[in-house]
Formats: sequence, C-alpha cells, structure tokens
Amino acid sequence: MTHAKPNLYTFAGGLALKGHKTLSNQRPIAQLPIPPQLVIPIQEHIGQITEPVVKVGDEVYKGQLLARTTGKISSPIHASSSGEIIAIEHHPVPHPSGLQAQCIIIATDGKDQWLTPPRYQSDYLNKSTPQLLQKIADAGIVGMGGAGFPASVKLSPKQSIDTLILNGAECEPYITCDDLLMQTHAQDIMLGTEIIMQILGAKQCFIGIEDNKPKAIEAMQHALKPLGKNNIEVVVIPSYYPTGGEKQLIRVLTGQSIPSKAIPAEFGMLCHNVATAYAIYHAIAYQQPLISRIVTVTGSAIQQPQNIDVLIGTTIDDLVQACATDPANIPHLIMGGPMMGYSLKHIATPIIKTSNCVLALEQALSPPAMPCIRCGQCADVCPVQLLPQQLYWYAHAKDMDKIQNYALFDCIECGCCSYVCPSRIPLIQYFRYAKQEIWAQEKEQQKSDHARQRHQAREARLARQKAEREQARAKKKQALKKSADNQSDDPKKAAIAAALERVKQKKAKQTTSTDE
Amino acid sequence: MLTAIISLTGLALVFGLLLGFASKIFAVEEDPVVDKIDAILPQTQCGQCGFGGCRPYAEAIANNKANINQCPPGGEATIMQLSDLLGVDPLPLNEEHGQHQEKRVAIIDEQTCIGCTRCIQVCPVDAILGTAKHMHTVITEECTGCDLCVPACPIENCILMIPVQSDIYNWKWKAPNDAR
Ligand code: SF4
Ligand code: SF4
Ligand code: SF4
Repeated sequence: MTHAKPNLYTFAGGLALKGHKTLSNQRPIAQLPIPPQLVIPIQEHIGQITEPVVKVGDEVYKGQLLARTTGKISSPIHASSSGEIIAIEHHPVPHPSGLQAQCIIIATDGKDQWLTPPRYQSDYLNKSTPQLLQKIADAGIVGMGGAGFPASVKLSPKQSIDTLILNGAECEPYITCDDLLMQTHAQDIMLGTEIIMQILGAKQCFIGIEDNKPKAIEAMQHALKPLGKNNIEVVVIPSYYPTGGEKQLIRVLTGQSIPSKAIPAEFGMLCHNVATAYAIYHAIAYQQPLISRIVTVTGSAIQQPQNIDVLIGTTIDDLVQACATDPANIPHLIMGGPMMGYSLKHIATPIIKTSNCVLALEQALSPPAMPCIRCGQCADVCPVQLLPQQLYWYAHAKDMDKIQNYALFDCIECGCCSYVCPSRIPLIQYFRYAKQEIWAQEKEQQKSDHARQRHQAREARLARQKAEREQARAKKKQALKKSADNQSDDPKKAAIAAALERVKQKKAKQTTSTDE
Repeated sequence: MLTAIISLTGLALVFGLLLGFASKIFAVEEDPVVDKIDAILPQTQCGQCGFGGCRPYAEAIANNKANINQCPPGGEATIMQLSDLLGVDPLPLNEEHGQHQEKRVAIIDEQTCIGCTRCIQVCPVDAILGTAKHMHTVITEECTGCDLCVPACPIENCILMIPVQSDIYNWKWKAPNDAR
C-alpha cells in the first residue's frame, strides 16, 4: 500500500467511502470493435451550442470536423470514425432530463479511415502560446473530469497562474478510468502537463492521486523521472471523499482555502484533470482531435466490469454488451458515479467527452425518505460547511429567497449529506432543484420585465397615435369648416352675380330690340 | 431565406430601439406600491384578472379594489409573492378568472393566415409581425401566451396556442416532494 504524504492539509467534512474500485480496475483497458452506428451530440460542453457543417448523405472521415463553434465559449465536434452521415436529428443524450437533443448520426463503414492520420511532430512545444491554445480549441478539448468547460478558455485566465493542480484523485466510488489511464499512459499525461505549464507560465505543479491507486502512482512517478523536472510533484493523498473536488483538492495540496464565490485563479492556481492533460498532449503533439475516451463500465448489474477505450458517440448498449451483459437486464442505469451521477432513462444514450462512468446497479440508490430528525449529521460531513438541513427546509418549502441566505450556490453537489442522512432524504436532489428553480425564476423575471417594457411602449405608441389622429381630425374639421365657409359664400355670390348679369343682358336686349 | 432573416433582424433591431426610446419618453408615472405589485405580476397582459392588463390590476390591488388571487398565469407563486409583499393572507386562485396552465405560445399557421392584421391589433406586446394581405408570424420569444389573438382571428385554426417545448436547455429538476 502506498502511503499518503504526511503533513497534508485537510478540509472540513467529507466521508471515508467504500471504493468498489477493484471491481473494474483489475482488467486491462478493453478495445471495442467499431460500432455500426455513432450518435454524436452537437453539444458536449458547457457554453454555446455548435453548428453542423456536414449534411445527411455526406461521407466523413475519422477526425473530420462535424460541427463548428458558434461563440467564444464553445468547442467543435469531430467524427470519431469514418462513414456516412445518415441523420442529423433528436436523440436521447446524457442528461438528467432523459430528453432528446440534436445529434449527428454516422453509419460507420468499418474502415476507420482518418482524414489526416495523427502524425508526431517532435518540435511540438516550439509554438507561441496563442498557437498552442488555438490547437487545443480546434481539437475540441473540454474538461474531461467534470462539466466539460472548453479547455482552451480555461487555459486563458485573466490572472497569472503560478501553480497547476493536476487532478488524479478520482475520489468517487466505482470510477477507475483515470486510474487506468495513469497506469497505461503516464508518460503522455506528463508531457501534457508540461504543455499546460508552458501555456500558463506556471512555476510548479502538484499532481494529486489518492492512495488507493498504487499502480497509477508508481507509473506516474516513473514517468516523471526522465523529464528531470523538480517543479512537478506527484503527491499521494488520502482516499477521502470528495478530495477530488476542485477547492478540496487545492486545500489538501497547498493549504489554501478558496472562499465562497472566489475562483482558484484569483489565488494563482488552476486545476485540470489528468485525462484532459492526456488529450491536450495528443492535440498538440499529434494534431489529434478529441474523439475517444476511457469509460468505466461497472456496478453489480455488469457481468464483467472493466474500463473501455470508447469512441465518442458509441451508445451505452454497445458498451454493456462488451461487458458480457444483456442491456435488457439492467434495473438501474446511472451516468457517472453513485454520489454525483444521475439516472439514465435510455440505454441507447451515447458516450460523450465528459462521460467517465456507466454504473449499472441491481438496486435503486434511493429508498423512500422519512422526515428530518434534525440530527445534524449532514452538516458534519458537508465539505463546504453548509447547513444542509436548513437548505433542505427552505427547498422543501420552496422558499427561494431564504434558501439563498444559506449559501445554496456554494453547494458542490457532492452528495455527502444525502449519503449520511439517517432519514434517507435525497438532499442533493433538493439542492439541484432549488438552484435551477432560482435560475429559472431569474430568467422569468427578466422575461416579464421585458414584456412590461414592450407593453408600455405599445400603450405609449397607441396613445400617441390616438392623439395624432385626434389632432389630425381636429385639423381636418377646421379645414373643412373653412372651405365650407368659402364655398357657401361663393355659390350665393356667384348666383347673385349671375342673376345680375342675366338681368343686365335682358335689359340690354330689350333696349336693342326697341331700338330696332 | 437569408434576406428574410436579415430584414427581420433589422426590423427587430429598429423596433427594439424605438421601443427603448418610447419607454423612456412615455414612462408611466411612478407609484412605489403599484410598481412593486406590477413587478410581481407575470406581464402576460391577458386581462383574465378582469382589468385591462397587469398594471391596471396592480393599481386595483393597491387601492383595495381587487383581491390578490385573480391572476391565473401567475398562479400560486404570484399569490404567495403578493401576500408576502402586502402582508395579507394568501388565498387560493379564484378560478372564476381561469385556471393556471403551463406557459404556452402562439403559432400562426402560415398557410391559413389571410393577412387581416387583426391579431396585430390585439397583441399587447407587439409580438406579431406582418402587413395587410401578407402572412403574419409570431416572434416566439416575445409572445407572453396571453391568448388574446386567438379570438381576434377570423379564420378557424389559424392561430394555435402550443405549450412551450421542454428541452435540455429549459428543463428543470423537480422538487423531490413533488415527484410522486
Ligand atoms: S451536497 Fe452540498 S450541502 Fe450536501 S454535503 Fe455536498 S456540498 Fe454540502
Ligand atoms: S442528516 Fe438528514 S435527518 Fe439529519 S439533520 Fe440532516 S437532513 Fe435532517
Ligand atoms: S391575469 Fe393577465 S393581465 Fe391580469 S395580472 Fe395576470 S397576467 Fe396580467
């Protein structure tokens, strides 16, 4: 057993959880045959949606651009194998709603033919920082440990960074994909780390790995030696959930606490996942886009739990089958781990860049809840030192004002509180609900303010038009009256004049006739 | 298509600017209580409360001439907020004014529309675009779902009210106590 470094810092709360890691980390990484069909969502990252640049019927090659970015915070999508685009349509995607979203569907041709095969360039570090960042952006690299924030954006912070934190903690039970990646590709991760440090101008780097991964630690230390860098350190940390949380890991490795609402960059630190470092190395040294990742397929309902090197867009039923399991035989399917994951409704959901684990369980995780007994255990384990029972109280009562007085938005959704709650209250679900409810209310308020403005503007316009019309009518009336006056004068005068004229003429006639 | 998009965007911009100016110039005179009530009302401007729109209803509430439970689009949430603001007991929604429904938006069937402009005349937020004898269309983002254009349209099944589609971008977690 590898021992954690002594004198490390600790964070408040947290849990020592049963790891269930050996279930999946005892086998080598499996390779899958190319699946007949790849379902590639056009949004796999946080930020603006991408826009397809291919159409149905197009032949595409492996690594070819399928959808381009539409904004600054966005990340392009590439074909993970060669074949024909047979549809661009809605399909279930990895999302807690179970709803569908736009996906590009490729019927693969089995040839796995590259557009431009990855080629190693030995002088890959010989580039300017903007050039390196552009390559990372073009390769579609997003944070692979969590939410999928575009890596090139995260690597261009406003603040100057002196410490890079590389996250190899993998603290959530069952998940072992980073473990296996570190065991098998430690050198590439180290080289990726070097690239990231060059981009950031970071002076030092700590790589945090939990002590339940002795093989990964050994491999990483072994890979570090030939680099001859003494400013990079592999730090063995205790296996304690949630050490892999960004702020928790920073605290453990450096002693720095990052306060509420602050980000690590304000303290000169930046955190990246080991899998992201690996992908960055391949983007820079081989010009290879992000089209595959390692996924842990595990849980009591899986016959042969293991890690698989998966092409993005492979659907989960294919993965489960590769683990000697009938997809129809899975009572509970979870995307992610047991603490932070969410239930999946469709087994035909594809793997995306951020999918680290498919957990298939025989039993549901959430037994029925009982009333809160105010035991306070949830507060003891909260790594952010929140008061979950208070938050729960207000979420339950739907009091979205008061809940914010208890720092709801600091909750990292680690699930420690739900885990220890003796009443089995699904606390984390309440907090996810409350956060989204508040965001939605803010949006609604903006919308209704906007509607009020438009309504007022319309009222004002109508009032103005009415006033104008009235004015116009008044003017017309006046004008009419005037002309009527004129006209009523005219005919009379004219008539009189005409009559006088006639009389005159008559008289003249008479005189002339008498003259004759 | 492209020209249509460009010209519509252009129009939207121009009208947006005009609206901005208009709301500055023709700002409604201030009354703090009425403003606060009006800020809570959903601004659907449907008139179901029995007043000509949200602001007249806000004025009526402020003057004790109406109860706080007459706005179906706002439903329970609005009633709770009003009761908080005014320090009065919440009441259940008075269903004589209608039932609370999920938000909907109007869609005009372009094939059926005869271009009579009647819908434009009733839309409280100018969310309908079109000119006489030409196909009309609803700017979905601006539509408040007030329903007023439906009875104004002389053609049957020309304007339809459809529920706002739920997708991964507007989907929300449910409160666990609501789930079952
Ligand atoms: S889920 Fe949130 S409230 Fe619960 S322990 Fe984790 S951080 Fe604290
Ligand atoms: S752990 Fe559960 S029962 Fe105990 S105080 Fe927290 S919410 Fe209540
Ligand atoms: S019923 Fe309609 S007009 Fe009246 S306050 Fe509610 S949304 Fe506004």
